[in-house]
Amino acid sequence: MYRRERSIPLRGSAAALSNNLSVLQLPASDLMHFGVVHGPSAQILSSAPGGMPLAQRQLQVKVGVGVSPPLITQVHWCVLPFRVLLVLTSHRRIQMYESDGSLMVYWHALDSGDASSAQTLFARGIAASVHFICVGTWSGRILVFDIPAKGTNIVLNEELAGHQTPITDIATERAQGQDGVADMVTADDSGVLCVWRSGTVFTLLTRIPGFGVPCPSVQLWQGMVAAGYGNGQVRLYDATTGALHVQISAHARTICALDLAPEVGKLLSAAEDTFVHIWKLSRNPESGSIEVEHCHGECVSDTQLCGARFCDPSGCSFAVTGYDLAEILRFSSV
Amino acid sequence: MSVRTLPLLFLNLGGEMLYVLDQRLRAQNIPGDKARKVLNDIISTMFNRKFMEELFKPQELYSKKALRTVYDRLAHASIMRLNQASMDKLYDLMTMAFKYQVLLCPRPKDVLLVTFNHLDSIKGFIQDSPTILHQVDETFRQLTEIYGNLSAGEFQMIRQTLLIFFQDLHIRVSTFLKDKVQNSNGRFVLPVSGPVPWGTEVPGVIRIFNDKGEEVKKTGFKHGGNYVAAQKEGAFELYGDRVLKLGTNMYSANRPVETHMSATSKNLASKTQENIAPNPLAKEELNFLARLMGGMEIKKTSGPEPGFRLNLFTTDEEEEHAALSRPEELSYEVINIQATQDQQRNEELARIMGEFEITEQPEITEQSTSKGDDLLAMMDRL
Repeated sequence: MYRRERSIPLRGSAAALSNNLSVLQLPASDLMHFGVVHGPSAQILSSAPGGMPLAQRQLQVKVGVGVSPPLITQVHWCVLPFRVLLVLTSHRRIQMYESDGSLMVYWHALDSGDASSAQTLFARGIAASVHFICVGTWSGRILVFDIPAKGTNIVLNEELAGHQTPITDIATERAQGQDGVADMVTADDSGVLCVWRSGTVFTLLTRIPGFGVPCPSVQLWQGMVAAGYGNGQVRLYDATTGALHVQISAHARTICALDLAPEVGKLLSAAEDTFVHIWKLSRNPESGSIEVEHCHGECVSDTQLCGARFCDPSGCSFAVTGYDLAEILRFSSV
Repeated sequence: MSVRTLPLLFLNLGGEMLYVLDQRLRAQNIPGDKARKVLNDIISTMFNRKFMEELFKPQELYSKKALRTVYDRLAHASIMRLNQASMDKLYDLMTMAFKYQVLLCPRPKDVLLVTFNHLDSIKGFIQDSPTILHQVDETFRQLTEIYGNLSAGEFQMIRQTLLIFFQDLHIRVSTFLKDKVQNSNGRFVLPVSGPVPWGTEVPGVIRIFNDKGEEVKKTGFKHGGNYVAAQKEGAFELYGDRVLKLGTNMYSANRPVETHMSATSKNLASKTQENIAPNPLAKEELNFLARLMGGMEIKKTSGPEPGFRLNLFTTDEEEEHAALSRPEELSYEVINIQATQDQQRNEELARIMGEFEITEQPEITEQSTSKGDDLLAMMDRL
């Protein structure tokens, strides 16, 4: 059971995007950091354990004098071995900051390539993989940036091809028992999922076909891919074989966010149908097949949710954002 | 985000505008032939071929302020006149109605069905004018051509773009409040019961598969909502049962429609900031307006036909009061372009151009000598 905690007020309401909440909690500190996209600006704020807001900052993408700032698509913290960077994706640009948003360390202008006039250029989908940061784009290509331990010498290392439609989300997980290697899953607007192994070069391991519906959010845990779809389904696949193990009719509208509590294998799904559900994932030790159990459901009345995250690795608390809502709603287990 | 959003936004808002005007014309007892003429004039201007061509070009959405200017011109395409307060109220009703429809669309693609509902009703207003009917059918064909094959992902992006446009608008509309589709805080009710979207399963089922992809187990879980399966899919053809009721005419002659201006949103900080700070987008917006309205052929007011003023409020005093008491943050700051004949306007513009060279540059502009900024300054003086 979860109960409502004190909400954290936002300067601006949350935009109707997917994955529109990022949470950073560093093990050393009690502070929790939240990132929400409003539209042409994103708000970064930190709060004390009780939910009392402490500091806040608004970030924008500046592209020139006299031109209005482009719409931001996502804001997300990337935890790397030696540093934490805050990444902002928008139309036309990717920007990277120090974790408190105080200093921009790198920016990258999107290449129009062979875009037609009927396409807008944007970046969307952000994840850290060992010492790389991967960012998805409108064309389906994934940009892999090599991040040094400190300083601003960030370099675009590779561009991964595997998708033909705009990337929606990226998730990563350190490969079990191996240092310096991670697995990554990328999802796109047509529902196609690609599983990669990262290293100095990224290799495509598996490709899971779509079924005509976007996949706005994806997670990876212990060799399981959890994907949330536009028709309200949550599907669990084996990351190595790509086989479908579980299909849940979880929501009545498109899923907007998935998150994982890695210590316990809890999965959080939030959708535009105003519901949040929490699931427990596990692997059958004998058959190796994926199993799932429903733990909890929460209805956030009259709110089209757009972001959801666990606030701690054991899933004892979570936070959600909703379209037109100027606050972050928090819940913690009793 | 999606460059295919403007036609849908424009046509649906236009449809809502016609619903409100039709209701007010009847409520104010305007003679049938005059009322029909007004609607015919507006509809034929809206669906004018050159205008539609500009509209359907892939382009970004502009601000509410810029779009409002287009509707201002459209509403004055005939012998009818509206005061600023009535025009404000009309735009409020239009935007809140379409915001509601977009929010409640079961599937992102259903916004196309909402558009078709509006077009179907528009055809009802002009049944006796085959030329205009043909124009509307032509637009229908264009919509089908462009949107008929868009993917679910592209429709989701269109939906998100529309919702960003309508973000933070919480004007309370009396019909919505009475029907309990809007709460007293201005937010819409999102029901958790009823049919699921076409293509979605009723939530509550977990299916387990084996290595061969065969379903081996099926269990349930308590979802919390009260959903049922969808009965049938709405028709996307020229004629057909749309199934969806969103976008059909919710006004009748006997229901007065009021909007409430007070206590709309506690979070005014972001909104006021937008209105007070100089708008750097103005130049791009003006180019867009010039292109779009260049394609609008406003009928010249024929000599003997007298104009009349339509009031969106029940009395003149109410209208006056509304004008005075409209909160600052909800002002549309309309670029006031009078519906004069083009010839006259050009002469006026030329005169002001001449004056402009002598007077001081306005302080707001960042790039003082660009064409767009001059145009902006001139329009403010018209």
